[in-house]
Amino acid sequence: MALRILFKKPCFPIPSHYGSTVPLRQFKTFSLPELPYDYGALEPAINGEIMQLHHQKHHQAYVTNFNNALELLDQALAKGDASSTVQLQSAIKFNGGGHINHSIFWKNLAPVNEGGGEPPKGPLGLAVEEHFGSLEELIKKMNVQGAALQGSGWVWLALDKETKTLSVETTANQDPLVTKGASLVPLLGIDVWEHAYYLQILPVD
Amino acid sequence: MAMASQLLLLPNLRFHSNSQSAPRVISNPICRPLKLSKFQKRYKQSLRDSRVLAFYGRKTPPYKLDALEPYMSQRTLEVHWGKHHQEYVDGLNKQLENSPLYGHTLEELVKVTYNNGNPMPEFNNAAQLWNHDFFWESMQPDGGKSPWGGVLQQIEKDFGSLEKFRDEFVEAALSLFGSGWVWLVLKTKEKKFAVMKTSNAVNPLVGGEIPIIGLDMWEHAYYLDYKDDREKYVMTFLNHLVSWHTVALRMIRAEAFVNLGEPKIPVA
Repeated sequence: MALRILFKKPCFPIPSHYGSTVPLRQFKTFSLPELPYDYGALEPAINGEIMQLHHQKHHQAYVTNFNNALELLDQALAKGDASSTVQLQSAIKFNGGGHINHSIFWKNLAPVNEGGGEPPKGPLGLAVEEHFGSLEELIKKMNVQGAALQGSGWVWLALDKETKTLSVETTANQDPLVTKGASLVPLLGIDVWEHAYYLQILPVD
Repeated sequence: MAMASQLLLLPNLRFHSNSQSAPRVISNPICRPLKLSKFQKRYKQSLRDSRVLAFYGRKTPPYKLDALEPYMSQRTLEVHWGKHHQEYVDGLNKQLENSPLYGHTLEELVKVTYNNGNPMPEFNNAAQLWNHDFFWESMQPDGGKSPWGGVLQQIEKDFGSLEKFRDEFVEAALSLFGSGWVWLVLKTKEKKFAVMKTSNAVNPLVGGEIPIIGLDMWEHAYYLDYKDDREKYVMTFLNHLVSWHTVALRMIRAEAFVNLGEPKIPVA
């Protein structure tokens, strides 16, 4: 069973200086979500070792660093420190984005016996056919875009809420999909960071 | 100086074969008429149906692939050098087949394709090709330990102490978001050492600095050996892999471009 690792900071008020009237904000910390399946449940497509490392090490690191960055942000805001507030944005975007993206990623995957890998039916299937021609075309397009991505990033199947269209987008590093367009909703995300697949890399020959 | 020139000053311009003999003329692999510029047409006419194309090649690490065990496994080198580095070569050669970018040395190509911050599609392959050549040479079996002599003097002058340099290097490596590289560079204007981190394929050449050490922080460089433990990888690199001999040679070459002043020779 996937271990649930809770990372809740104790939310007690820090004793403020005598006479201070500034209220101290308390924010909700984020925690690592549990996987809805075992680490080994996605074999042979993704092996258990990758899933465990990806979830327990990488995603956990994003969550921890996200919480730390938010705490520092809280302190900077309380002090009115503008430059620290801005400086922390990249850490928040990176770690927060990592947490959001991976949370979506775990939900996107499912073991074969729970429907993983089956073609989409219903409105999604029709939309895929309308926008891409066929599922194979969509897969090909996502493959091409994923392979062409330089460095680390994500490939998304995105739904544009305004225009009601599907599209394939890529984002760099851990940028969430909204950085590509405020009305984009991620339907499917593929992690093309090397840590997501490197341990299963094929031999050279 | 002669040794330095052997290692570094030869441009990475090779013909499309691994043979040691004179470049052989290869026939045009694309058997359809190409749209050629006037210069190319004139050149082509002098060579009938075949033309000599200068492609780029990758350098072989100056040690056997298992020589860096146990700090960097043979498997990592096989995949990193054999697969990834080769992919950059193949990708670049393919991109340059019908391209006006012709006749540059690899270093020049990197700077040209960087295009002052608006990189061309060839930049990624060209820069990664150069970066990896630099990376293999930055390491050696039985490496690490401490620099000595002029290099140590310069490090102590610019960082305060060797420990401070190591801390700064590790901190730069760990604070890198995403894929990238960490470098020890000699800054040409400030005339001093500095630690630099770059994203994806960018390297110090594009900024006009002289790279002295390069460390690959892309996940493919360490994932097989260290999984997600980046700190251990960087510490191992500094303690056991980095080649201070190569650093010294690169410094000798760099001093031809940057005047670092008189060395402090202790008076007896």
